[in-house]
Amino acid sequence: MAELTTTPPFEIVVERSRRWVNINWREIWDYRDLLLLLVKRDFISRYKQTILGPAWFILQPLLNTAVFTIVFGQIAGIPTDGIPAPLFYLCGQLGWNYFSQNITTGSATFVNNAHLFGKVYFPRLIMPVSVIVSNLFAFLLQFIPFLLFYFYYLIVEANGMDLHPTMKLLFTPLLIVETAFLSLGVGLWMSAASAKYRDLVHLNQYLIQIWMFGSAVIYPLSKVPPHWKWLVDLNPMASIVEGFRISLLDRGTLTLPQIVITLSLTILILISGIVAFQRVERTVVDSV
Amino acid sequence: MKPVVEVQNLSKLYRLGDIGASSLRESLETFWGRLRGRQQPRPNQRKEQDRLIEPSRRGPFPGTFWSLHDVSFSVAPGEVIGVVGRNGAGKSTLLKILSRITEPTEGRAILRGRVVSLLEVGTGFHPELSGRENIFLNGAILGMKRTEIARKFDEIVDFAEVGEFIDTPVKRYSSGMFVRLAFAVAAHLDPEILLIDEVLAVGDAAFQKKCLGKMGEVATRQGRTVFFVSHNMGAVRSLCEKAILIEHGRLTMDGHPADIISHYLSGSLADNDASDGEIFWGEDNAPSAPEMRLRAIRLLNPRGEPAATFEADKPFSIEIHYDVLQRLRGARNSLTLLTQEGEVAFCATDHLFQQETQNPGSYRAVCHIPGGLLNRRNYIVSLQCDIPGERYVMPIREYVSFTVSGAGNQSSNFPENWPGIVCPKIEWKVEQLAAAEVVL
Repeated sequence: MAELTTTPPFEIVVERSRRWVNINWREIWDYRDLLLLLVKRDFISRYKQTILGPAWFILQPLLNTAVFTIVFGQIAGIPTDGIPAPLFYLCGQLGWNYFSQNITTGSATFVNNAHLFGKVYFPRLIMPVSVIVSNLFAFLLQFIPFLLFYFYYLIVEANGMDLHPTMKLLFTPLLIVETAFLSLGVGLWMSAASAKYRDLVHLNQYLIQIWMFGSAVIYPLSKVPPHWKWLVDLNPMASIVEGFRISLLDRGTLTLPQIVITLSLTILILISGIVAFQRVERTVVDSV
Repeated sequence: MKPVVEVQNLSKLYRLGDIGASSLRESLETFWGRLRGRQQPRPNQRKEQDRLIEPSRRGPFPGTFWSLHDVSFSVAPGEVIGVVGRNGAGKSTLLKILSRITEPTEGRAILRGRVVSLLEVGTGFHPELSGRENIFLNGAILGMKRTEIARKFDEIVDFAEVGEFIDTPVKRYSSGMFVRLAFAVAAHLDPEILLIDEVLAVGDAAFQKKCLGKMGEVATRQGRTVFFVSHNMGAVRSLCEKAILIEHGRLTMDGHPADIISHYLSGSLADNDASDGEIFWGEDNAPSAPEMRLRAIRLLNPRGEPAATFEADKPFSIEIHYDVLQRLRGARNSLTLLTQEGEVAFCATDHLFQQETQNPGSYRAVCHIPGGLLNRRNYIVSLQCDIPGERYVMPIREYVSFTVSGAGNQSSNFPENWPGIVCPKIEWKVEQLAAAEVVL
């Protein structure tokens, strides 16, 4: 009755990793079903039982937009590049909210899953990646208020703005992918750091807040004063948010060097994030 | 045939005290101290910490200790190997390393085959998901492909006896159903190497038996290797062909389960036994669970005095003092008497007399053992508390041993060891039916 013949003989050697990077891509691929099931779990637990859960993802950007329109538009008088204010802020929040949700959940990978990680082995990278994928649903929900306003301005009231879809719309999927990669990288870094130093969990929240103000969510890049421009150039999220505006609304300014810097930073952060994460992952259960 | 598991000089070093994540401030302080040429910012505290570590387990650096030290052994395919040792001896560390949850500090282990570890029942179960969804999720967490799970699905549902509840969220399951489903998933994984840590301490006795049967079947019929960590010596004895004993982070014995169990039971009770038939616990060191806590176990001779030796023909009693911390419904205390070799002599319970709810407070349960029952040998008292058909409140554990001396027992008429785990007073009647003819 031996069924051993069905499985190929293979060896797992358990020892202290001496190599600097030790990622078993093959194994991660073998666990792809787990990734799908984790995404499904998040989806069900988030949307099956609550009505307010999904509604919140639609309400939140609308409320933010109302506040931004009054505070930054009406009171502070920050211009919106000729785009109607609600559309401008809704568009700015699309990429930003996806990014900030990803890094909020991603940075807590080790802390939230300490129990699970202490009891079962599976490639830990699956966890943060599943977060990025399942947050896509929330991201798509956020498109609903944006599209409502978009069609309102397109059909009912142009407001003096020449609003029409262009071929640049094709960049949107690429921007989503870049946002996903960048937020994965940042989330991995943050989770690795906060697994080592628990105090950083609080810092992460603060960092996200500050980061938003530096990411052109509430102002167009064209209004950044020249002596602060270097800072914006070094912030990949600023270019991504502006990129969403160019792609969806055909308004905004991005130079080629800015795009090159953003893409290289994204790749750099992602790769170094994976390295940092897997170095912490090896013995993290001993300390969390 | 190559061994399926080869463990070579495996060691794991842990840092004492700050097992939790270090704070940034602490690291900065250390860094600042180093900048100013001081090696250890708080040498006194370090020494203080080290005193808590047994000398034999102290690590090479201050504040470190060997959770596992230089452990080597190998296991042949199809073997069921019992891992025996006291709490804190390093059993769980060994299993965590073998299941790749954490890396060893030194040495290595070679595993020839897929490893599935069941260190806890129901890890990764999500309360909002249905039984069906949880089977797939849990299976995937344990390393199974979706197609494999689908193939085993009916078998898992059958084994777990959840029937029509399979599409109900598991948060509505009784704890018994939950445990059955969780074990069923793991038991049907068919890995080459299965690591099981104390998981059978949950669930009711009937299910436990079923699980043990399943594990035995996995090993003998399918040729899988099973590592079985348990404090239930009866289970280790009946299930394992081989056992290893881990004491103070080192492997001290490797061999036949009966020998290991006997050695373990005599050694593990040594500390408690100093009290001669009585153990009292303070609030801090008492064996406890969220719902109850043991306070004392006393073995009393017919005169009501604590003793560790009893006469075979005289009755004696076992008193258990315990605190109920949270309201308990339908809980049952049971006492299992084991021989030194880990065989069960008998099992007794207070269930018939205590079916009602127990409110928080102090309790005493007394079990009267009649005279003329036990054999001349050493016995070990183990206790557990469970809610029948549902779950364990306190898993089974050995606490105290005593000796039955021979006076007055039929076996005491003979110098040799009298076989049998008990020696009940059995009436014999010998009569002469007819006189033989006397031949002159």
